[in-house]
Amino acid sequence: MKTLRSRPELLLVPAVFIFVVLLWENLVNQLEIKEAILPGPSRIYEAIVVQAQNSIFWANLKVTTQEALLGFIAATIFAVIAGTFISQLKIVEKTALPYLVGFQAIPKVALAPIFIIWFGFGQTSKVVMAAVIAFFPILINIIEGLKSADSDQIKMLRVFGASRSQIFLKVQIPAALPFFFAGLDVGILLAILGAVVGEFLGSQEGLGNMILLAQYNFETPTMFAILIVLSIMGILSHVIVKALQRKFAFWGDNNSIVGN
Amino acid sequence: MTTTNSSSIQGASKEASWIDVAGLHKIYNTRTGAKTHALADINFSVRKGEFISIVGPSGCGKTTLLNILAGLITKTEGSTKVSGLEVSKPLREIGMVFQAPTLLPWRTILENVMIPVEIQKLDKKVHLKKAAELLELVGLNGFEDKYPSELSGGMQQRAGICRALVHSPSVLLMDEPFGALDAMTREYMNLELLRIWKESSQTIALVTHSISEAVFLSDRVIVMSPRPGRIAEIISVDLPRPRTLDMMNSDAAGVYVKRIRHYFNAANVIE
Repeated sequence: MKTLRSRPELLLVPAVFIFVVLLWENLVNQLEIKEAILPGPSRIYEAIVVQAQNSIFWANLKVTTQEALLGFIAATIFAVIAGTFISQLKIVEKTALPYLVGFQAIPKVALAPIFIIWFGFGQTSKVVMAAVIAFFPILINIIEGLKSADSDQIKMLRVFGASRSQIFLKVQIPAALPFFFAGLDVGILLAILGAVVGEFLGSQEGLGNMILLAQYNFETPTMFAILIVLSIMGILSHVIVKALQRKFAFWGDNNSIVGN
Repeated sequence: MTTTNSSSIQGASKEASWIDVAGLHKIYNTRTGAKTHALADINFSVRKGEFISIVGPSGCGKTTLLNILAGLITKTEGSTKVSGLEVSKPLREIGMVFQAPTLLPWRTILENVMIPVEIQKLDKKVHLKKAAELLELVGLNGFEDKYPSELSGGMQQRAGICRALVHSPSVLLMDEPFGALDAMTREYMNLELLRIWKESSQTIALVTHSISEAVFLSDRVIVMSPRPGRIAEIISVDLPRPRTLDMMNSDAAGVYVKRIRHYFNAANVIE
């Protein structure tokens, strides 16, 4: 009970969930809303159970997960390389910045049709889409993180005779890690978004493709079921990134100091 | 001695000075194009193993002077030598303690203390032992594997002192190291510092804004005056050693404090 008093959200979060689900179910029933418009939670739950027993669903889940993960990894690699390069040379940063801002201004979802022309209807175009969307927030966080190193800490290393590369390795990179993980946290969600959007615009498989098929057949409960699966994917990736952050960048967050 | 450098420091100069500052000027170019004379014609020398303090009202250039000795900023004119070597970049001869502990939060206390050893690629094994001895000396044994955020400000600053001494520098530069501590901790740290100095026999140059701290700790106090920063007087403090906190209540100590404060008052600094 002690934990409940200090953390009432442990009770409130599930309570709100139950309240919303019950309200939703009742409204749908009493207002006699058509299932094809808005299914009740019980129908969505049934659709989830049906999908969970369907091997095609699992194959599609695997496809989308692969696309998002590969895109995310590619975005991270390119962002690390570009971020390191940009942060090391002022002139590179000043030259690259207008292009980066211009690139960020493009609604990247609108690039999907072009990627489909370039890379086909298969997984490649979705991986590229995921990578392109996830790239920017990761890059910006790396650049900001590498700049965030405390000037007193750099001065301290210099007094002891540190070279530029030693300062980079021993202060700038560790100082950038909390930012890096914040970028990954945003990036992984955007990668999932990119993969699904890519699938919307032309694909034969994937969860995005399943949503489209369900739409053609007015299987609205299935659409909701897949939406829920996608949010679970998002939540899981967020939890994993946070766990990695707590392990490798614990000092960025005072509550998670090791040993406390 | 860990030095392997030039032979110019050998022989007759044993009793001679270890830090030599001659005709030192520092002029800053401000953004508007105007020039600020931060240090004007600074001359002094420090004997090996001597403890000196540099005091003066703010703007007198005492921190600039220390940063030049540390090799962190360039001088405009003159010569600054440490153990016979002209300081143009940071020397291994030098250890420095900063106003803030500036420990790296992602490293344990021991890993923080070992930073100079890593940077200068010294023998890890030998210096791990040295680090452990220093941590013991300042009463931080048992805290080796803690992170800085788990230690109090005073403890962090003591770790900072260990870090400055781990590579056995002959000179210890201290830039208002106890300014952020409360009065009690500060007095305690002053006594600690004297104890460490006695054990390790470094040449120490301490910048402080506390007149009584300077008198209590030092063999000589360099009093500076501002605009342009120059030396007003160098005062020898002939209080016996080992010093005790009680000594600071003696008339002799009071005379020194009064004499130094006179320069502060002349610069219109409200205490």
